[in-house]
Amino acid sequence: MPTKQDIALIAHLMRRAGFSEPRADLVARADKGYEAVVEELLHPEDQPPIDEELMYRILPGYEGALGPPISQADWMFRMVNTQRPLEEKIALFWHQMFATSNSKVDNPPEIGRQIAMFREYGLGKYGELLVELAKSPAMIFWLDNHGNHDGSINENWGRELLELFSLGVGNYTEDDIKSAARAFTGWTIAPKIPRNPLGRFFWNFEYKPEDHDDEEKTFLGHTGNLNGEDIMGIIVDQPASPRFLARHLYRFFVADEPDVSSWSSTPPNDPAAIEILVDAYNESHGDIRAILRVLFNSDFFKTSQFARVKSPAELIVGTVRMAGNYEGFRPGFNNLALECAWQGQELLNPPSVEGWHTGAAWIDAGALMRRVNFAAGVLGDISHPGVRAIVDRVQLQPNNSAQTMVAVCLDSIGPLQVSDTTLKELLSHALKGGELAWNTPEEISSSEDRVSKLLALIAASKDYQFA
Amino acid sequence: MATTSKDPVLVILQLTGANDYLNTIVPYTNGHYWDARPKVNIPADQVVPIDDDLAFRSDMDQFKDIYDKGNMAIVHGVGFENSPRSHFRAMDIWHTCEPDKIGTDGWVAKVIRDLDPTGENVLKGVNFGQGLPRAMTMRGVPITSVNHLATYGVFSSVSGINSQDERTQLLDSFARMYSPAIGNGLTMEYIGQTGLDALRGADIIKVAPQQYSSTVEYGSTSIATSLKDVAQVHLAGLGTQVFYTSHGPFDTHFNQGGSHAKLWIDISEAVDSFFADLQEHNASENVVMMIFSEFGRRVRDNGTGTDHGAAGVAFVIGDRVKGGMYGAYPSLKPEDLTQGDLEPNYDFRGLYSTIVDKWMGLDAVPIVGGQFEQMSFV
Repeated sequence: MPTKQDIALIAHLMRRAGFSEPRADLVARADKGYEAVVEELLHPEDQPPIDEELMYRILPGYEGALGPPISQADWMFRMVNTQRPLEEKIALFWHQMFATSNSKVDNPPEIGRQIAMFREYGLGKYGELLVELAKSPAMIFWLDNHGNHDGSINENWGRELLELFSLGVGNYTEDDIKSAARAFTGWTIAPKIPRNPLGRFFWNFEYKPEDHDDEEKTFLGHTGNLNGEDIMGIIVDQPASPRFLARHLYRFFVADEPDVSSWSSTPPNDPAAIEILVDAYNESHGDIRAILRVLFNSDFFKTSQFARVKSPAELIVGTVRMAGNYEGFRPGFNNLALECAWQGQELLNPPSVEGWHTGAAWIDAGALMRRVNFAAGVLGDISHPGVRAIVDRVQLQPNNSAQTMVAVCLDSIGPLQVSDTTLKELLSHALKGGELAWNTPEEISSSEDRVSKLLALIAASKDYQFA
Repeated sequence: MATTSKDPVLVILQLTGANDYLNTIVPYTNGHYWDARPKVNIPADQVVPIDDDLAFRSDMDQFKDIYDKGNMAIVHGVGFENSPRSHFRAMDIWHTCEPDKIGTDGWVAKVIRDLDPTGENVLKGVNFGQGLPRAMTMRGVPITSVNHLATYGVFSSVSGINSQDERTQLLDSFARMYSPAIGNGLTMEYIGQTGLDALRGADIIKVAPQQYSSTVEYGSTSIATSLKDVAQVHLAGLGTQVFYTSHGPFDTHFNQGGSHAKLWIDISEAVDSFFADLQEHNASENVVMMIFSEFGRRVRDNGTGTDHGAAGVAFVIGDRVKGGMYGAYPSLKPEDLTQGDLEPNYDFRGLYSTIVDKWMGLDAVPIVGGQFEQMSFV
C-alpha cells in the first residue's frame, strides 16, 4: 500500500515526465515503485501507441490540412490520450529547444512531422537527433538552409545550431558559424508540390551533392572536408554541449531558470545538479534516456516539487486528464488547442527561434484569467467523471467535516501542496457551510455543489499554477 | 501632438485573412481591372463612386457617408517590401514591425508602455477577442483581454453559481488567496499581484455595461458586438487609450462574392453605429479608428475567388481625421505587378508612425523601429 508521500512523489514525477493524472492512476503507478515507474516512462515503446485510425476519424489532420488548428488538435489528442506520457513530454521539450514556428513555415502538417520525429528520436542519442533535425524540412525552411549554397552561404541555420541548439553563446567563433554553414550546403528540400489548389503537402529532405561545398573547412579545431554529420559529431563531443543541454533539461524538467539569452552571464541556480547531468551525458555518450534516468532518480529532482510554473499545455492537458472529460473518441480537441494558444502557448507556432519565455513569463493578467477560468470551469464541473470520483471520495470519508473536505480535495488534485494563505482561505470558505450531509436528496445535491465549488476554488489558486 | 482636451484614443480593427483591396476600393474605370477580374468583380453599375477612377464596393454606403463628411482617410498601397504571401508571417510583421527577423514584442504593447510606463492602469490597453494578438504582447506590459464584456471576470466559466452572493463569496476568497504573503518566493508574489490586477481590471471594467445607455441600436453581428463593447468601455471613462479587435475571415479563395459582401456590410454598419454612439455621447472627438489587413489579394481572380496578394488598403476614421485619399493606388498594368500582385508603395510603419506621433503624441521611432514617411491625415 503506497504511502501519501509515495503518491505525492509519483504525482510530481508525472507532472514533469508526463501530465497530471487522476488519483487512481497515481496509486496504481505508486504500487509498482518509483524506479519502476521511471523505467516504464523511459520506454514508451513498451506501452500501446495512440490509436491513430480512431484519432483521424475525428481529426483528419494529415497531408493537405489547411490550417494550424487541426495539427495542433492532433497533438492535443495525443497528449491527453497517450499511454506514453514521456514520449509527448520529450517532444514538447525539443519543440521548446528547437523552436520551429508556423508563422514562417506556413505548413502545420510539416511541423507536425518534425514533432513526430521528436517522438521517435527524442529519447535516443543527442547526436542522431541533431542529424535528424538538420534533415527536417520544416527546420530547413525555418532557418533558410534551402538558401545556403556552395559559394553563397546563408548562415542562419549554422548560427542558430551553435547558439541556440547546442553550444550556447561564447563557445564558438564567427568562423565556426561559417564553416558549419558551408558543411550544410546542399542539405535542402526537394521541389515542393504547389499548395494550391489542393492544400499543403509534406516536403521532403534532399541532399544535393552538386550544391555541397567540398572544400576543406575548419570547425572548432577540426579540419577536413567536413559534411553535416561531421559537424554534429564534433558538436556532441564539445564540453559546452552537455552543459548547455543539461541546463535546458533542468529548466524544463526540474525548476524554472532564467531565459536562455542570459545563460552566458547568469550561472545556473543549482550548479551541482548541472554537473550530475553533465556526467550522465559523458558516461552515456549523449544518450538522452540515460541522462533522464539519472535526472528523475536524483534527489535534486525529487525535492523540486512545485518549483516550476506550468506551461499552458501542462495546465490544460493535466487538468482534463484529471477530470477525464476528453478521453478517447470525442470532438472538441480544436478547442483545447485554441485554449492553449489563448493562454500564450500556440503549439507549432512558438514566438521565435528562442522558444517560449517560460516560468513567470507565462503569466500576465490576460493569461492568468484564462488559466483560472479554464481550470476552475473544468474541475468545478461535477458532470466530468474525474470530478465525480473526487466528490464520491469525499462522501465516503468517515467524517463530514469541512476540514476533511478540504484535505481530500487537495489530495485528489495533485496531491496539491498549498501555501498557508491559500489553505487558511480554503478552510475558512469551507467552514462557512458547516459539515457536509449526505442523507436526503437535497442534502446530497447541496454537498455535491459545495465540493465542486471548492474544487473550482482550488483550481483557481495561485498554487495550482505550479507544477 | 493632438490638441484634444481628452487623451487621444486609438481603436484598431484588424481584418484577418487578407482583404481584397481591388474589390473594396474599386478602380472601376480601369480596363486592367475588368481584364483581370472577369468573374470576381463589383459590377460597374453597383459601385459607389468616389471620383472618376475609384469607388467603394456596392455595400459600403455608410463608409461613403463618413468619407463625404471628411472623416475618413483612405490610405493606398500599404504593405512592405518582399511581402510574404503567408498570412501568419505577414500578420507577425504587422504586429511586431520586424520584416526581416522574427520579432517578439508587439508595437501596440510598446505604445501602451510609453503611455503608462509604470503599468498603473491595467485597462490602458484592452483587447476584445480570444487571446492577445502578438501586437499587444510584451513582458511587463499589462493588457486586459476580454472575450465577452457582459460575462468577463474571474469564475465566469464555473457553471452553477446560483446567486450574486455566492459569486461575491468566491471572488472574495479568490482575492484573499491572491493577497500578498511573505516567504512564498518571487514567482508566487508575482502571480499573486497579477491575479489581483486581473480581478481589479474585471472589477473596474464591469461598470462599463452597467453605466451604458444609448439610443443607437447595433446589429447582432460579431463585429457590431465587439465595437459596442469598445464603445461601452470608452464611454465609461476608464482611461483606456488603445482598443484592439479583429474581424474576418477575409481569406476569400473560393466563392468570394457573397462572403466578401457580407463582411463589408457588417463592418460598415458596425463602424457607423460605433461613431454614431460616440457622437450621441459627445465622446467621439478624441477617437481615431485604424482598419488594416495583413495584405491584399491577387489581381487576377481564380474563377470564384482570389489568392494571396501584396499591397492593401487601410482606413483611418475619426472626427479629427483629415479625410481624403492618401498615397497612390498601385499600378494595375501587368508589367508593373510583382508575381501578379499590386506592389506596395507605402510602408505600413509610416502609417503607424503617423498615428503614434501625430495622434498619440509619442516618439514613433522606437515603437516602429525607425523613421518612416508620415502622412498628414491627422
